[in-house]
Amino acid sequence: MGKISLKQVTKSFGDVTVIPALDLDIEDGEFVVFVGPSGCGKSTLLRLIAGLEDVSSGAIEIDGVNATEAPPSKRRLAMVFQSYALYPHMTVRKNIAFPLKMAGIAPDEQERKVQAAAKVLNLTNYLDRKPGQLSGGQRQRVAIGRAIVREPAAFLFDEPLSNLDAALRVNMRLEITELHHSLKTTMVYVTHDQVEAMTMADKIVVLNAGRIEQVGSPLDLYRSPRNLFVAGFIGSPRMNFLTGPAAAAHDATTIGVRPEHLTLSRSEGLWPGRVTVSEHLGSDTFLHVNAGDLGTLTVRADGEVDARHGDSIFLTPQTGKIHRFDANGKAIA
Amino acid sequence: MATQHSRSAARLMISPAVLLLLGWMIVPLAMTVWFSFLNYNLLQPGPRTFAGFSNYYYFLTDPAFFTAIWNTLVLVLGVLAITTVGGVLLALLLDQPMWGQGIVRILVIAPFFVMPTVSALVWKNMFMNPVNGIFAWIAEALGLQPFDFLSQAPLFSIILIVAWQWLPFATLILLTALQSLDSEQMEAAEMDGASALARFVYITIPHLTRSITVVILIQTIFLLGVFAEILVTTNGGPGTASTNLTYLVYGQSLLQYDVGGGSAGGIVAVILANIVAIFLMRMIGKNLEN
Repeated sequence: MGKISLKQVTKSFGDVTVIPALDLDIEDGEFVVFVGPSGCGKSTLLRLIAGLEDVSSGAIEIDGVNATEAPPSKRRLAMVFQSYALYPHMTVRKNIAFPLKMAGIAPDEQERKVQAAAKVLNLTNYLDRKPGQLSGGQRQRVAIGRAIVREPAAFLFDEPLSNLDAALRVNMRLEITELHHSLKTTMVYVTHDQVEAMTMADKIVVLNAGRIEQVGSPLDLYRSPRNLFVAGFIGSPRMNFLTGPAAAAHDATTIGVRPEHLTLSRSEGLWPGRVTVSEHLGSDTFLHVNAGDLGTLTVRADGEVDARHGDSIFLTPQTGKIHRFDANGKAIA
Repeated sequence: MATQHSRSAARLMISPAVLLLLGWMIVPLAMTVWFSFLNYNLLQPGPRTFAGFSNYYYFLTDPAFFTAIWNTLVLVLGVLAITTVGGVLLALLLDQPMWGQGIVRILVIAPFFVMPTVSALVWKNMFMNPVNGIFAWIAEALGLQPFDFLSQAPLFSIILIVAWQWLPFATLILLTALQSLDSEQMEAAEMDGASALARFVYITIPHLTRSITVVILIQTIFLLGVFAEILVTTNGGPGTASTNLTYLVYGQSLLQYDVGGGSAGGIVAVILANIVAIFLMRMIGKNLEN
C-alpha cells in the first residue's frame, strides 16, 4: 500500500515561499513524475514527502495516516538520491543491507534479501566491491537496491538519471519502468527532463514556481495542455507560439502549434518562410523556419526531406491541432 | 614534466635544496653517533677516548630509562586519547549552525597559537598553583582541600597541558573533514532508519577515520619530543615521575654534562621514534588506500 495525499501543504524558507498551498493525491501503485524547470520546487516537494524537510503548514497523509510530524524513518518510504548517496566505506552488500541492519533483521535474512535484490538488479557479481569501484549505472542500481530491500510503501526518486550519460539514461529509464511493473509499488519521480516524464509516468505533475500547473496522463498533457506553460514544457521540440493577427484569426491571444502538426510544402501554404537551419536526425528533420512577422517556427518533417539553408517554403497547421490561449495564458476549450 | 630533458632539468634545479636538507640532517646525526662512542664529559678535561658501547650500556641500564620510556608512552597515548576523542566531539559541536560561529571557531583555535613555554607557565601559575591557582580557589570555594597538581600528579598535569595545546589542532582537522561529509549520505541514512547514534557510528566515524589517522601521525611525531612543558613546570620531577625520553637526554647531556651518554640516549630515541614512525606509516598507508 502506498497512497500519499498532500493537503494544503506549504513550505517557506524564511520569507521566501517556495511552495504555496498545494493539494495532491498519489494513488497506490502509481508512477507519478514531478516535472518542471529548475528551481520550481519539485525537489523540495519530494523532500517534504520524504520528511527530510518540515512542512510550514498543511498535512501529509500516507495510507490515510497523518505522517506530517513523522520522522523520515517512520514513513516507510525509500529514496534514491541524485548523487546516489552510497556509503563509500561499505561494500555493495553492506550498502544494500544497511536499512535491514538498522531495522534489526537477522543476518541470514538480510543476506537472503540482499541476494534477491542483487539478482533483480544484476549486481550479484559486484556485491563485494566498494561504490568507488563501480560505474555510474551500477552505483545507480545499488542505490535502487538499497531502496527495494526495505519493501517500502513508496519509492521516491530525486533526479536519479541526471548524472548518467545519454545511452545509460535510456537504459536505466527502461529498467526503472520495468521495476515498477514487477513491484507495482507507488513511485514518485522528480525530473526536469520532459522526455523522462513522458516515457515513464502514469501521471505527470507539472510544477512551476511551487504551483501545480496541471496533473494528468502524459498524453492528456500533450493533447490538451491547460495553459501556455504546460504547452511549452511538454513536447519536444517545443510548441510554436504565435501572437498577433495569426492568433486573432482563431479568436485567441496566442495560438500554439506543435512542430509535428505543421505541414510542409514547396509551392503553397498559409505561412511562407525561409529555412534558417535544418537538423537532420535521420528519422526526422527539424527545420527552423524564419516566417517573417510570425517569428521563427520549428517544423518536424520527414527524415528524407532535403531542405537547405535559404530555401523558400510554406507551412500550414493541421486542422484541429491548433491550441488556443487567452490573454492570461489559459487554454480556450 | 614529460620529456627526458625537462625531467633532468627539474632534478638539477631541486638538487641544491635536497643537498642542503640532507646535510642539515646528516651532519648533526653523524656527530651525535660519533659522540655516543666517546668518553665525553664537559667536566673532565683531557682527551676524549673511545668508549665503545659503554655509553649505550649505562644509558639503557639506567633505571630512569625505563621510567622515561613508560612516561613517554603514557604522555603520547594520553594526549592522543584526549585530543582525538575531544576533537571529534568539539568538531561535531562546532559543525552545528549557530550564531557567532566564526568567532567561536577562532577562539577554539587560539590555544594553538600560544607558545608551549607560555601556556605551560600559565597553567602552572594561574591554574594549578595550590595557593593562587584557580583550581585551588574553586576547591576552597567548595570547602575542599586544594590539590597540588604538579607534585601530586605531575605526569597527568603535563598530559592535561599538552592536550590543551593540541586539542585545537585535532578539532580543526576533524572539523574540515566533517564539513566534507556529503549531506545526502546523512539523509539517506536517516531514510534508512538509522538513529542519530547509528548515523554517527556507521557514517560519521568511518568518514573521519582518514583524518583521525593524520591527526594521530602528526601529533605522535610532535608529542614524542615534548620538552618545554616539562622544563618549565616539573623539571621532570618529582624524582623521575614526569621525565620523558627527551627530558632524560637533556638531563644526561646538560645537567650531568655527559655529552657521550646524552648522545647515546639521543640515538636510542631516534631509533625508537623510527620504529614508531614505520608502524604509523604502514597504518596510514593502509587507511589511505581504501
